[in-house]
Amino acid sequence: MQTAIAKPRPKIDNVNRGFWDNARAQKLSVQKCGACEDVHFPGSPVCPRCLSEKQSWVEVSGRGKLLSWVRFHRAYWDSFRADLPYLVCLVGLEEGPLLVSNLVGVEPDDIVIGAGVEAVFEKVDDELTLPKFRISG
Amino acid sequence: MNEFHKLKDRIAIVGVGNTPYGNFPDTDDYGLGARAFRNAVEDCGIEKDKVDGLLVCRVPHYARMGEIIGLNPRWTIQMPPHGRMSGMAIIEAAAALDAGLCDYAALIYANIGRSRRVNYGGEESPGVWDPWGFTSPGAAHAMMFQRHRALYGTTTRQLAEVSVAFRHHACLNPAAVMKQPITIDDHEAARPITEPLRLLDYCLINDGAVCIIMTTKERARDLKKKPVMISGIGAREAFTTGSIGNFDLNFWHDEMQDVAAQAYGMAGVGPSDVDALMCYDNFSPTVLFSLEGLGFCKQGEAGSFVEGGTLKLGGKLPTNTDGGHLSNSYMQGWALNVEAVRQIRGECEDRQVPNAQVVQYCGATPCSRSIIYTPG
Repeated sequence: MQTAIAKPRPKIDNVNRGFWDNARAQKLSVQKCGACEDVHFPGSPVCPRCLSEKQSWVEVSGRGKLLSWVRFHRAYWDSFRADLPYLVCLVGLEEGPLLVSNLVGVEPDDIVIGAGVEAVFEKVDDELTLPKFRISG
Repeated sequence: MNEFHKLKDRIAIVGVGNTPYGNFPDTDDYGLGARAFRNAVEDCGIEKDKVDGLLVCRVPHYARMGEIIGLNPRWTIQMPPHGRMSGMAIIEAAAALDAGLCDYAALIYANIGRSRRVNYGGEESPGVWDPWGFTSPGAAHAMMFQRHRALYGTTTRQLAEVSVAFRHHACLNPAAVMKQPITIDDHEAARPITEPLRLLDYCLINDGAVCIIMTTKERARDLKKKPVMISGIGAREAFTTGSIGNFDLNFWHDEMQDVAAQAYGMAGVGPSDVDALMCYDNFSPTVLFSLEGLGFCKQGEAGSFVEGGTLKLGGKLPTNTDGGHLSNSYMQGWALNVEAVRQIRGECEDRQVPNAQVVQYCGATPCSRSIIYTPG
């Protein structure tokens, strides 16, 4: 049996570890400031608004709007070649932050910018689960 | 009046030089940079050793560049290899010259992306979104253009007008890499890279180097050619969504409006005075975003604005008369600033805009910049 080439994995550090721990538990989270309550993504060592270091990862609804999408026809990593052409979406979460992810369960002709989307979780292996999105209709 | 407006017509570009553009595996960034410097020195007739300011961009090491061209300046800056640096660099050099930190600044840019097979994505540029397969500046522009289509009804045939106009100019430019004319249908039939963008929406990847020599208005009088003045500058960054590289949800519109107000206000001109535009075009959509941001048309109307050859020589707004990044050379804005200088000097032969008096450079990027050039 041929082993698939590994896709790029997140570089987990002290700032983003909470996001990936939560994703493994099928929870989508963003970073929230303990001082001014600003929510942001990706994680940051200080709050981009007030510069406080009191940052934590809080679960969000997983709901948002499709702001844009593209379809890759070129593999910048060999590990994505078998997936071509694949969909990447830009989602604006209800809570505010923007996320780039993959859009699943939809054909390109049926995608409408502005549609509601919701998070789904794709387990890659025991360490890694990727949040992705589907049209919520 | 903004304090920086006092720089108006104080600083001149006096010398420009470039190498041929193409695939040059037998030399490197330093070799190309040195050739461009030598050509710029010859262009303005300065004694080489009078250059006492050095700015390098995409050149690996400033000190090695200085060693190679035999300079020990009293002002040195190294800028990163990102595409948005040319406008930033020229403005920084202008400020340094005005402050007296140097008398003559040489700005050297070199790129060996073609011979070294640079991909501009994947493992070369690790990012937050790699696990989802999102990479490359082109994909970010595809993401923006898709949204522009949805919001304003902009079409890919309208987008094609950008690539077709610039290729037309490249065919008039003996130095340009691309020589075959293209049509809107060619653009529509090109292979998709990151949809909705296709091959002809993407800039070239080629080797080459550019050098620009700048000095003060007073010193410029002693040099060989008529100086080209920096009459307006504008600047604004957009770092809030920096993790999505080369992307802005509103097409850098607010930033470019700010840039336009600064640059036009300083130069005392407006969009209708611009004889030729040199517009950063790493990917064709950014030209539409720039036209809207600078106020050549309203937001959402750039698609119809460019229809019918608006950007071609003889059109309402000749843009990227050298062929731009799409068809001349991927010199990341540097060659566009050189083209602006040559247009004002009247050196552009078959692609000359008649009586070019106001030529504007702009780049809509996370570091948006514009420079307005006029004759000295």
